[in-house]
Amino acid sequence: MTKQVRQLDRVVIRFAGDSGDGMQLTGDRFTSETAQLGNDISTLPNFPAEIRAPAGTLPGVSSFQVHFADYDILTPGDAPNVLVAMNPAALKANIGDLPRGADIIVNTDEFTKRNLTKVGYAVNPLEDGSLDGYALHPVALTSMTIGALADHAVSKKDAERAKNMFALGLLSWMYSRPYESTIRFLERKFASRPELVAANIAAFKAGWNFGETTEDFGVRYEVKPARMRPGTYRNITGNQALSLGLVAAGVRSGLPVFLGAYPITPASDILHELSKHKRFGVTTMQAEDEIAAIGAALGASYGGSLGITTTSGPGVALKGETISLAVALELPLVIIDVQRAGPSTGMPTKTEQADLNMALFGRHGEAPVAVVAPRSPSDCFFAALEASRIALTYRTPVILLSDNYVANGSEPWLLPEVDSLPDLRVEFATEPNGDDGKTFLPYLRDPVTMARPWAIPGTPGLEHRIGGLEKADKTGDISYDPANHDFMVRTRAARIEGIPVPDLEVEDPDGDARTLVLGWGSTFGPIGAACRALRQRGLPIAQAHLRHLSPMPANLGEVLKAYDRVVIPEMNLGQLAHVVRARYLVDAIPYNQVSGLPFTAAKLESMLEEVVKNG
Amino acid sequence: MAEPVALKLTQKDFKSDQEVRWCPGCGDYAILAAVQSFMPELQIPRERTVFVSGIGCSSRFPYYMNTYGMHSIHGRAPAIATGLSVSRPDLSVWVVTGDGDALSIGGNHLIHALRRNVNLKILLFNNRIYGLTKGQYSPTSELGKITKSTPVGSADSPFNPLSLALGAEATFVARTIDSDRKHLQSVLRAAAEHQGSAFVEIYQNCNIFNDGAFETLKDPSTRDEYLIRLEHGQPITFGADGQRCVVHPPGGFGLEVRETASVDPADIVVHDATVAEPAYAFALSRLPGLDLRNTPIGVLRQVQRSSYDERVREQTETAKAKATGSPEDQLAGLLTSGDTWTIL
Repeated sequence: MTKQVRQLDRVVIRFAGDSGDGMQLTGDRFTSETAQLGNDISTLPNFPAEIRAPAGTLPGVSSFQVHFADYDILTPGDAPNVLVAMNPAALKANIGDLPRGADIIVNTDEFTKRNLTKVGYAVNPLEDGSLDGYALHPVALTSMTIGALADHAVSKKDAERAKNMFALGLLSWMYSRPYESTIRFLERKFASRPELVAANIAAFKAGWNFGETTEDFGVRYEVKPARMRPGTYRNITGNQALSLGLVAAGVRSGLPVFLGAYPITPASDILHELSKHKRFGVTTMQAEDEIAAIGAALGASYGGSLGITTTSGPGVALKGETISLAVALELPLVIIDVQRAGPSTGMPTKTEQADLNMALFGRHGEAPVAVVAPRSPSDCFFAALEASRIALTYRTPVILLSDNYVANGSEPWLLPEVDSLPDLRVEFATEPNGDDGKTFLPYLRDPVTMARPWAIPGTPGLEHRIGGLEKADKTGDISYDPANHDFMVRTRAARIEGIPVPDLEVEDPDGDARTLVLGWGSTFGPIGAACRALRQRGLPIAQAHLRHLSPMPANLGEVLKAYDRVVIPEMNLGQLAHVVRARYLVDAIPYNQVSGLPFTAAKLESMLEEVVKNG
Repeated sequence: MAEPVALKLTQKDFKSDQEVRWCPGCGDYAILAAVQSFMPELQIPRERTVFVSGIGCSSRFPYYMNTYGMHSIHGRAPAIATGLSVSRPDLSVWVVTGDGDALSIGGNHLIHALRRNVNLKILLFNNRIYGLTKGQYSPTSELGKITKSTPVGSADSPFNPLSLALGAEATFVARTIDSDRKHLQSVLRAAAEHQGSAFVEIYQNCNIFNDGAFETLKDPSTRDEYLIRLEHGQPITFGADGQRCVVHPPGGFGLEVRETASVDPADIVVHDATVAEPAYAFALSRLPGLDLRNTPIGVLRQVQRSSYDERVREQTETAKAKATGSPEDQLAGLLTSGDTWTIL
């Protein structure tokens, strides 16, 4: 039969199944195929902290959402147009997010009485009419996969496990995706087991052919490539981009990179990624604890490396004392905090922005550091370079606040030319700097950067001692002098406050907005999408987004005062709003969500509409 | 470790311009003087020597050495020194710590540095008390110790630092005493020559808060009776006239002290620091009683095992050897790896 082909401008698909069903991989592959086609993409994985929660239960549901479009998009999409539900738990956990009319593809083989009971369905939702408002596509995914692989030399278990490839094949057909990259991927993944390569490819093709032949799917969709800037792209997650940014910082500074890390969700992937790049002179050390991880990084910085530590909120809490030491020693150090929902263990696989206070203030004594935050997955690359630049140039610890949303989300990334990346070369001290030409003054500052000399061990004539005790200005000798301490505390504050950062840019296309929405970090996408939607409806709104949280851009106060109303949406209880109100005496309106999930653009849009109309 | 070069260095070269501020009579002075006068013989340039310390009286040590140095935070010196040592194989890195610093707040870092066999020389000044905080009991204070924080006696059993280090399979484990400069320097010499972690416990007198803790090991009238001076390749006998010795008791697990006259000379243990199995050195570490009788000093264990530094460096160098092109070219290759697509 000839299938109708319908053009769409955007689609949101959510793949959902049991943790063991391979939904992350299925979503990844669909994303990669979509990237090859040239759509703009944004993805959001959502998985439990448990590695394998009991099969078929609600806590065990793992999902992957991909939003793709023929124009540039900013978020993984609020509500799926299509849900692929591999079992009753996946249906139950996700149905609430679906708008009426959405397509639901369910694996009917898993809708057994036992599985239904497990998640509290008294009657089968596929049969009781409760899904009448949706376009329901019941597909016997498991049995059809097993049937398709009957002639393959694989166990029944392996055949059953290939059902995610059947689902991927079906979806790839539905949305006219090029599948060559998936075939190549399967050949690589199962290189040592050719029978699994054949079986998975066969399952994929069976899914594709099923779409083509069955009458249940009468329409096939196309989403044309987006108009994107020319260049070479790859799809990238925030954690990958951040890792590459740190490698790039090593190359561009000419310094060895030393990462000290202790495994913690959702930051461990950075340790995994960097451990693959030893050829760049990257050393990774999985330390005995969070404190040792940052200690080793600081020791390496002292020796002339770019010292880095990666962690999440609980780890930053443990590292606090060493960050303060680095503040006193005035050595470069990059601390990556991939934030997750807290306090305590909280929800390790869910997102939040609640470590801002800790990054800005969470240390003993007056211990200012620089703080930067990436706004999107690919921006993590540039944020890592910026954090490294500040650390190396100004000899200070820098905290980079990523979060689970940007860390695990992905988007297409226009690859930069290496030559266009910032030059991060530094000069170590090699000569005495005292007036007599013989003395070395480890705390004599550069008049421009206010940084002290980086005199690494091994440099003859510059032997000196540093430590956590208060130091006398210039000489660095231990000092309990009251005036000196007052001076040093103020100097340490002033040198961070004095780091030049780019002015804040405001997006207000028509220039007539009276309301400014100010964000930081990973909320850029949903805020941007909400602002666009409002403007399309003729409601003017201005958007500004902070990358630098310490120091803040010099023009921030001016920007804030130019608007009648300032709204600050955050995934915390108002931490930036608090700082802005205190520093700039602006009556900013906080808007907060701490659900472990990113804002939806729709929610922000309706909130901002209220402010714009009634503010 | 650094290559020896012909250097004309003296004890004076290793003295910094900082005024030493330990209490008069503190054992730390003797250790500092011993280290400063010993360093020239290593023939390592001052700029390639780094002392890293934690917090405590002993941890002021780096300020007084005219080398590179870092006075860091409580307990963390081994972690900080690990990062320095791994990233800078050209340096000679020394850690100075105390019983509270290394065994209480920093216990985790100490055992992990030792099990990794990081190329560090760790000097633990053990005075069995918290001095800088003015006299609380430490993890090496004896059970029942009366201090400011334990007015009716401590309820904690102490660590035996050597046993702990050996439990972590440290490759070099030794003990010496602050007041015996010759012995101290001989142990430092052996530690400096060792590749990997060298753990040296130095019994150090705190004359303010725990005076005389090791007096029986120092007093000429008792020391020969209390101390076992280990020497590699020599039968382990001690006492003024060698009247006591160490034997493997039949059927027992460890070592025991006997009257030399009562045993067959062939049964006396000949000290061998290179025994691969740490159980032997561990048994030596268990000989002293609560009263410090039968305290072994000298090198208990000295075995060869590749250091963490070497293993990490080898991985990096292997990876670098396979790489071609400038770092910028390699980076460009890395950025464009994986599935890419081009928009014209």
